[in-house]
Amino acid sequence: MFELANPNRFQKFAKRILPWVAGIAVAAMGAGLVIGLFLAPPDYQQGESVRIMYVHVPSAWMALGIYTAIAVASGCFLIWKYPLADVLARAAAPIGAGFTLITLVTGSLWGKPTWGTWWVWDARLTSVLILFFLYLGYIALRNAFEDPTRSAKAAAVLALVGFVNVPIIKWSVDWWHTLHQPASVVRFDGPTIHASMLIPLLLMATGFAAFFTVLLLIRVRSALVARKIRALRLVQAGAGPHIDEA
Amino acid sequence: MTAFLLLLRHELKLSLRQANESTSAVFFFLLAALLFPFGVGPETSVLARIAAGVIWVTALLAALLSLERLFQVDYEDGSLELLAVAPVSMEVIVFAKSIAHWLTTGLPLLVVSPVLALLLQLPASAIGTLALAMLLGTPVLSFLGAIGAALILGSRRGGVLLALLLLPLLVPVLIFGVAAVDAAAMGLDPIPRLGVLGGFLVLALGLSPWVSAVALRQALE
Repeated sequence: MFELANPNRFQKFAKRILPWVAGIAVAAMGAGLVIGLFLAPPDYQQGESVRIMYVHVPSAWMALGIYTAIAVASGCFLIWKYPLADVLARAAAPIGAGFTLITLVTGSLWGKPTWGTWWVWDARLTSVLILFFLYLGYIALRNAFEDPTRSAKAAAVLALVGFVNVPIIKWSVDWWHTLHQPASVVRFDGPTIHASMLIPLLLMATGFAAFFTVLLLIRVRSALVARKIRALRLVQAGAGPHIDEA
Repeated sequence: MTAFLLLLRHELKLSLRQANESTSAVFFFLLAALLFPFGVGPETSVLARIAAGVIWVTALLAALLSLERLFQVDYEDGSLELLAVAPVSMEVIVFAKSIAHWLTTGLPLLVVSPVLALLLQLPASAIGTLALAMLLGTPVLSFLGAIGAALILGSRRGGVLLALLLLPLLVPVLIFGVAAVDAAAMGLDPIPRLGVLGGFLVLALGLSPWVSAVALRQALE
């Protein structure tokens, strides 16, 4: 039971902070949506469709950030064999994939009025698409084994390999895109962004991060409970005292 | 070093005796690439424009097809476990097997690619660059592929999973492999692009056996 000692403490900690983080998520996302959708000015070039950015940009940040977090957790798991790190990585992956999908869909919705098509092989869109496939590969590998220890370790190695490759892929795609530069692409990356747009953006980013934390805590808690149930079942089935492997 | 050569000879002997592994990769390569003219039409200019991309994409898929079995057979019949307790480091084993995989699939693909290039109307000036790009790029497929092949050992659905794991990682090789050939076809200097491919190769040679060895040890636990 020593293996579960730390997760137990985590359970209590998660239970205590969950309502607070949920409150922050609701408040920040609510305020961000109100300011972003109604109070912030429309962009002089993109018009009202710039408001999609208040969802698009924070989800893109989350998509990248969660992948980084998974890689860090996988590293901790492989090096120090810390079981909670694996549970965290496992719980974070589908949420990250969800944010990546939101980024792709909102990017496509924004592209229709701005670029005139639903999809452009823009360097950023393409990189995010590849990131989405990296997430899918990670999740698929996690679910491909009967043995939970094996799937945890294999997925951790994959997360690290993918993480090392992300800069190479990103650079290659940027290079590839400039080689095939389409004629008329309005670029979003102006050097400055006005405060009236920055405030809702940062509010939404905070809200998304808090929302991610809420989902993560719930998923980790249920994963830990599921692990406990499996361990108890094994004991009941007379599998002996070695429940730490379960 | 002797262990490495012994392993390599063993692998090559095995694949020569059951030659269908590498021939099936080559046949897939030829057939898949030769379907494209039927798909896009026989127009010379269109074919010449897409030839480099078609050859690279189909070569990548052909390599992927054979990668699934890189460690699978040895894993299932238990010889991988024997190799693991042998007085050779796992990294050397992976290195030998990756080289053997390249010699039995990458190299045959490289040999037939000029024929395909001719059939797909790639400008003759670019064929040398295509061969050079494949010489640098296909070993990356074998070495990066070894990581994926080691990770999926013992999993429930091998092939599709391997494709999902590897294709995102192989995008850079595809981009620069095609770019080098395109540059040569347009009369530009392909050396910088080939240099990038060479860089990928060095990275893959240096890092991948190490990572694959970690993954293999996990599979054998």
